[in-house]
Amino acid sequence: MDKFHEAGIHPVAISVDSPEINERLSRSLSASADTFTFLSDPKAEVIRRYDLVHEGAGIDGQDIARPAEFLLDSSGTVRWVNLTENYWVRARPEQILEAAKALR
Amino acid sequence: MTIQRFNWQIWVGFLLSVIAFLSYPLIFVRFPVTRDFPWANLLLFGIAAALLLVGVRRAFAPERRRRSKIAGSVLATLGVLILGFFVFAILIVSRWLPVSHGAPQIGQKAPDFSLADTNSRTVSLSELLATPINGTTPKGVLLIFYRGYW
Repeated sequence: MDKFHEAGIHPVAISVDSPEINERLSRSLSASADTFTFLSDPKAEVIRRYDLVHEGAGIDGQDIARPAEFLLDSSGTVRWVNLTENYWVRARPEQILEAAKALR
Repeated sequence: MTIQRFNWQIWVGFLLSVIAFLSYPLIFVRFPVTRDFPWANLLLFGIAAALLLVGVRRAFAPERRRRSKIAGSVLATLGVLILGFFVFAILIVSRWLPVSHGAPQIGQKAPDFSLADTNSRTVSLSELLATPINGTTPKGVLLIFYRGYW
């Protein structure tokens, strides 16, 4: 997804997965994932701070993140947000790139 | 002795209900038009149900053997169970998400954090906001929270 970098956006993916799993995931996603930064939040601390904990929804009943996307401007202020009501339905890259046009 | 014709409707109907189920996570979820509402899968289930109905009627025709009736009932029941599980898993469970009233809203500052990247190096949000992209200051950062692979 070089389109994000073209738009001046750093894509950052956050989950409870370990750095090792993220490493495997980012490699399996091939070239498109090069621009993504995968971050590991195994205890869901940041996920909790963002009020995105889905309690006990992990395969072994662990707390995981509910899907959510936030577009921040360079000051770290939220400019666009998507809190889906159905976890199959995520934000589309086009939606995010459209929202990114408003960033300076 | 009568030669019974193969009750293809029951088998195709059953197979189609399996396909209707699996094609959502494997294929249709990739395309927004078939993902946001699984109409393509429900259409396949509809065809499957029609075939199963015809198949069951054939299986219970007076000249058919008992084995054919049993197979017909079992396959039709499994088909219905697959549809039920599809509706439950794809349309109901996927909506059991917390409301997240406390999530950062538009206009609010996103809380800073530090987390380990794939090389176990600690990266902070403020660092990411300041990391140049192709030599220019970034316009922003996209945070994607996801369920993970566990």
